[in-house]
Amino acid sequence: MLNQLSISELTAKLAKREVSAREATQACLNQIQAHDGELHAFLSHDVSDALAQAEAADQALAAGTRHEQQPLLGVPIAIKDVIAVKGQPLTCGSRILGNFNSPYDATVTTKLRAAGAVLVGRCNTDEFAMGSSTENSAFGRSCNPWDTTRVPGGSSGGSAVAVAAQMIPGALGSDTGGSIRQPAAFCGCVGLKPTYGRVSRFGLVAYASSLDQIGTFTRSTRDAAVLLHAIAGHDAQDSTSVPQGVPDYAAALDGDLKGLKIGLAKEYLLGGLDAEVKRAVETAVQQLTRLGAEVVEVSLPHTEYAVATYYIIATAEASANLARFDGIRYGARVSGADPIELYANTRGVGFGPEVKRRIILGTYVLSSGYYDAYYLRGQKVRTLIRQDFLKAFQTVDAIVTPTTPSVAFKAGEKSGDPLQMYLQDIYTISCNLAGIPGISIPCGFSANPKLPIGLQFLGKPFGEATLLQVAHAYEQATPWHRERPAQV
Amino acid sequence: MATGDFDVHYVAHLARLKLCPEEERQISDQMGDILGYIEKLKEVDVSGVEPTAHPFPLVNVTRPDVSRPSLPHEDALRNAPQKAGGLFTVPKIVE
Repeated sequence: MLNQLSISELTAKLAKREVSAREATQACLNQIQAHDGELHAFLSHDVSDALAQAEAADQALAAGTRHEQQPLLGVPIAIKDVIAVKGQPLTCGSRILGNFNSPYDATVTTKLRAAGAVLVGRCNTDEFAMGSSTENSAFGRSCNPWDTTRVPGGSSGGSAVAVAAQMIPGALGSDTGGSIRQPAAFCGCVGLKPTYGRVSRFGLVAYASSLDQIGTFTRSTRDAAVLLHAIAGHDAQDSTSVPQGVPDYAAALDGDLKGLKIGLAKEYLLGGLDAEVKRAVETAVQQLTRLGAEVVEVSLPHTEYAVATYYIIATAEASANLARFDGIRYGARVSGADPIELYANTRGVGFGPEVKRRIILGTYVLSSGYYDAYYLRGQKVRTLIRQDFLKAFQTVDAIVTPTTPSVAFKAGEKSGDPLQMYLQDIYTISCNLAGIPGISIPCGFSANPKLPIGLQFLGKPFGEATLLQVAHAYEQATPWHRERPAQV
Repeated sequence: MATGDFDVHYVAHLARLKLCPEEERQISDQMGDILGYIEKLKEVDVSGVEPTAHPFPLVNVTRPDVSRPSLPHEDALRNAPQKAGGLFTVPKIVE
């Protein structure tokens, strides 16, 4: 089944002309056709456009273009529906964008096209990437392919489902507080959030600009290395993208772990962590030791303040970023007697409950009289959280943690209690506040029901190569990433 | 950091967000929980700590001051909810 091949397996077959890009793309489209009615990974996909791109890739391959020149030539890729793809719908999982059709490509989209990828469709997300389950999508939730009564995680849940359910070998997501790593953990795939500034955000609809970063979903760390390499790099269109060269991540994968020091963060293994998840992480740590790494305990003392800090900073930035959705220049409009009433009516109808809640919280923490007590204090605690990591990285090369406190929860289980939902992000959120890279890879399964467990590695700023190397070594020694959901 | 004086109606007005009475009641209740949780930050000694606005502050990011093609006019208007004569249409602002 061509849709089950990894990116690396597929490019090897495409290069040898054993399969065509059209056949591979058709296999992915067939899988979407067969399962997306139930799983709802995609918000939109364009069959004829995808096949036309695939045929163009086949022509390029026939004309002698090699994967050394275009590393993703003929590879189907899906994109979270918060990233602009020219000529295609962009909804952000929200009704407020109406029938918005992107007038330009995001930089990552341009880079994927330049690398030869076949852009198949746009994946479901919590509205404006705000959520941990996809239950906040205005167009209905996605289902976890391991157990459809459970959530796939969020906000990039659709991308995780598409990869885990063998609909696509790779997908892009965005991660503001765990929105790539948590759904990757819940669905059993590899999710990589790069360092802040590693990947251009131009054309990514902004949620919290100092935290947002685009990253990848794949079925192996090798594929994560290939896909990251295709999208990373400085971009003059994003003044926060960092002018620093992009290493050959795939070439760095095969080193062994001897001499590497990995920190075990003691604050991440305290109360609230599910016993099966804890056991899987402890077993993984033993495996890392057997692979030659030295595992030492480290302390990140401000961890318990990360969720509170995040919900001040992220909502404050969101309240400013989402001011642009006012019914004037694009999207839906609900009329009013004057412009102010038009804005309020449009936003009242167009935004869903979680987005409204975060706009209200963000507006409040920035409002006169509360700014110092909330926002400024939050920014100072953010400094302390970042310093914790930089101090730990003076003695270790990477930090290992669980990705989530539990396996995938049931749909509806937490949707009535926003604070409980926010606490889902407790192990992923510090990484964004510190601006460092993080990756989640499969490290086992719960017994009954059988659900994936994620292992997270956190790295030094721009230390993606080390993270990928450690994750790859673990992956080569364990069977977890090869497991597939039974129904698909 | 008192949470008792949280006025959802006033904050919604600042955010240009029309909420129905049921939404106001629900958000007020939930905001009590969330702000209560955020109170944790009062425990942290932040004296002498500089705030972080961006993890990697890049200063004076500039680009060459040269003109380049912009989004074509019709593309910029493509998604407008109401337009006329190559412009966005809005309610009357000045009588």
